[in-house]
Amino acid sequence: MIDEILTIILDGAIYASWLFIVALGLTFVFGVLKILNIAHGGIYALGAYSTATLVPIFYSLGMPDQLVILTMLVSALAVAIVITPIMERGILRRFYGQDEVLIVLVTYAIYLVLEDVQKLIWGMNSLYVYEPRELLGALELGSLYYVGYDLALIGLAIFCGLLLWLVLNKTKSGKIVLAVIHNPEISGCMGVNINKVYLAAFFVGAFLAALAGSFTAPLISVQVGISVAVVIESFAVVIIGGLGSIPGAVIGALIIGMARAACVHKLPEAEIFIMYFCMAGMLIFRPKGLFQGTQARKI
Amino acid sequence: MPLKLLNNVIFQSIFLMSLLIVVGVFIPNWLVFVITKAIAYGLVGLGIITLMRGGLVSFGQGFVFGIGGYTAGLLGTQAGLTDAMLLLFISFLFTGFIGLIIAPLLARYRDIFFAMLSLACSMVLYGILIKIDAIGGSDGFVLPESTYFGISPSPEYADYILYVVSILMTGVVSILLRYYYNSTPGLIALAVRENELRVEYLGSSAFNVTVLNFTIAAGLGGMGGALNGIALGHIDPEFTYWTTSGEFVFISILAGYLSVPAVFLAALLLELVRSFSGRYFPDTWQLILGVFLILSIIFIPSGIGSFFKQFFDKFKNK
Amino acid sequence: MSKNINLLRVEGINKTFGAVVAAKDINMTIQKGERVSLIGSNGAGKTTFMNMVTGYLKPDTGSIFLKNENITSLNPRVITQKGISRSFQIPQIFEPMSTWENLLVALGTSQKNHSYFKNARSKENADYINEILSRFSLDEFAHRQVSELPGGVRKLLDIAMALVRKPDILLLDEPTSGVGAKEKYPLMDTIAKALSVENLTVIFVEHDMDIVQNYSERVIAFYQGEIIADGKCDKVLKDENVQEFVTGKT
Repeated sequence: MIDEILTIILDGAIYASWLFIVALGLTFVFGVLKILNIAHGGIYALGAYSTATLVPIFYSLGMPDQLVILTMLVSALAVAIVITPIMERGILRRFYGQDEVLIVLVTYAIYLVLEDVQKLIWGMNSLYVYEPRELLGALELGSLYYVGYDLALIGLAIFCGLLLWLVLNKTKSGKIVLAVIHNPEISGCMGVNINKVYLAAFFVGAFLAALAGSFTAPLISVQVGISVAVVIESFAVVIIGGLGSIPGAVIGALIIGMARAACVHKLPEAEIFIMYFCMAGMLIFRPKGLFQGTQARKI
Repeated sequence: MPLKLLNNVIFQSIFLMSLLIVVGVFIPNWLVFVITKAIAYGLVGLGIITLMRGGLVSFGQGFVFGIGGYTAGLLGTQAGLTDAMLLLFISFLFTGFIGLIIAPLLARYRDIFFAMLSLACSMVLYGILIKIDAIGGSDGFVLPESTYFGISPSPEYADYILYVVSILMTGVVSILLRYYYNSTPGLIALAVRENELRVEYLGSSAFNVTVLNFTIAAGLGGMGGALNGIALGHIDPEFTYWTTSGEFVFISILAGYLSVPAVFLAALLLELVRSFSGRYFPDTWQLILGVFLILSIIFIPSGIGSFFKQFFDKFKNK
Repeated sequence: MSKNINLLRVEGINKTFGAVVAAKDINMTIQKGERVSLIGSNGAGKTTFMNMVTGYLKPDTGSIFLKNENITSLNPRVITQKGISRSFQIPQIFEPMSTWENLLVALGTSQKNHSYFKNARSKENADYINEILSRFSLDEFAHRQVSELPGGVRKLLDIAMALVRKPDILLLDEPTSGVGAKEKYPLMDTIAKALSVENLTVIFVEHDMDIVQNYSERVIAFYQGEIIADGKCDKVLKDENVQEFVTGKT
């Protein structure tokens, strides 16, 4: 009995952590730029693919195993560095100030493009990069067996969330970003370089998306179509948590994560359905989500 | 030909429909099939532009597309109803009815929230459909052959007959829609798109306008879904998937909300690009679609319907 | 025609936003046919008052009666249907449409039964629209897109739209604001002329005291959420408090 509860909690925590890392970039970009970036899933996939490509190269160079984590970070960074100027400056910037929904359509178009870019660069084959997952060994808790890497995801999620929250609320740059979230026009009038803030925020969002992909790569077979689940699941997290809210993303991820874990062990048939059920529930009772994200109150 | 006649909606529609029916005799069968599918998708697109005229974009018309398709399919397999015209009509009514029930839940929301809510609806339905094995689960099921007034057409003519039926029914629907767009309530809907607050202060309800538009869009989407299912001979949960909804939005953006025929033209373009790129460039279909979408948003922001409108306005001002 | 009909009755209205007192014990009675101007410096509570009368805001306490019916908790749409229309300081019009179409929308929203099949641009509607256009001297702009029209014309249209449904009370929110000094009087003349056709009850918010004197008989002065004077124009404008807190004349 205790075992079962522990399993559910740990499984839920691991899955929630994954969800959170995946959704964090999405909700942050919405909060700052007011863009619901459907291509977020595409950037995630690129992160996974780039890790699956760079890590084998790393291993062939014969460096110490622990540094593979660095490689994964670098691959995520590389994706963000490449994609941000193209997406934000090249395309999205033309649409600032226009209808929110229109910009979402543009990100959808970019998502479609990225899907085929994956196919064109890496083909239809699946890539595997299991090695990093074996890095941290395993943990045995009674009859339970958990891979260390999976549990470390929890740490990564907490680290990312906390870091972003601290930077936003406790640093000067972060407060400038908050000002831009509240009122871009006035911030601009006060001397803030809005375009730079947007670029930086988009970069952070893209990096987080790619990071999620990078660190997920050792857990899955990296192939065409991995972005789809991300688009749907990150979307579910932000619906429940509220667009633009980091605490919301935490709660949303936890709700879905725990519900999913409970289902897997107790009611397997409902496993896929439970996410949609949570979403539907939230939509009926509180469509804007649990938190509103940082918004200025206008009388 | 007297100009007044040329401007008349009914005349234009009858002309267009007749043209298509006649042309259908001479074009190859695969093209007849493609145009029929385009009509199905176009119907859903019409629903979206009806909503767009009220200021909203739905990212989840897959919801009604799926309901329409499954309605036609289940009536066929469970109730033995195979008359195509009847199925299209019943799907239209039933899905419109579902739309009427759901509309009040969604009609209070605007912009991105409305878009997301509609998307979420379609995803919830998808989640349900893939789990119900009784109706085929994620594989869906096959539809029985259609009949027309009790007659089962021979395989060589089956596609063409369906083509004609869809042109006729869609023509009627389009004429009715155009009348709605030109009417006072239609104009008020456009006003809601521009300045909802002022409409309220003038004494009309934006909520009611949205509910009406959503119901119409639901009916149209359902009819489109039924048509698509009958044309394919198969229905599956993919009908409600978010990528299908994305294609409908693509059609609407490309067409714009100014002209009804433009929507079907946009749908046809989508189908043709899909067919050709599927055959010759299989890994670039989505890339082409994506690029196409961005280009139309940048360069033809009012849609290709704006070209139609300019063309016809020239006639009116002569 | 009886002049003693209490068209609008406001009793004990209070409204605060946090620490800001926007309305404090507001009482007034407006009778049919009156021309009333509301004056007061920015933040005095005129707009809040207007927003409460038109249903956009709900007072914390107090009641508002229109023709003896309590309208306090109703929303703008219903209040408009009951007979109070308003214009806006920044014209709220439908930008991509023409003047004609804007008025058509106003006409359509005032009607109870619509045909979904009759063309909006029909002959029946045309007559009334033409009449409104000439009343407001908007004929020449009839088929031009309103986003291209000059500021004064847009204001006229905004007011004309409010008038289409023949309301009992018309609230004008700073009708001459944003209009150049030379154009203020011609604009106000046009408005006054257009409004005089029916014996309309008009309440308008205005900052320009000359306009106030020339176009209203009664003046209500606001200061820090309270009414500090209410009466005939000359009397109010000479009132000490009004001069100190509103008009600034020594």
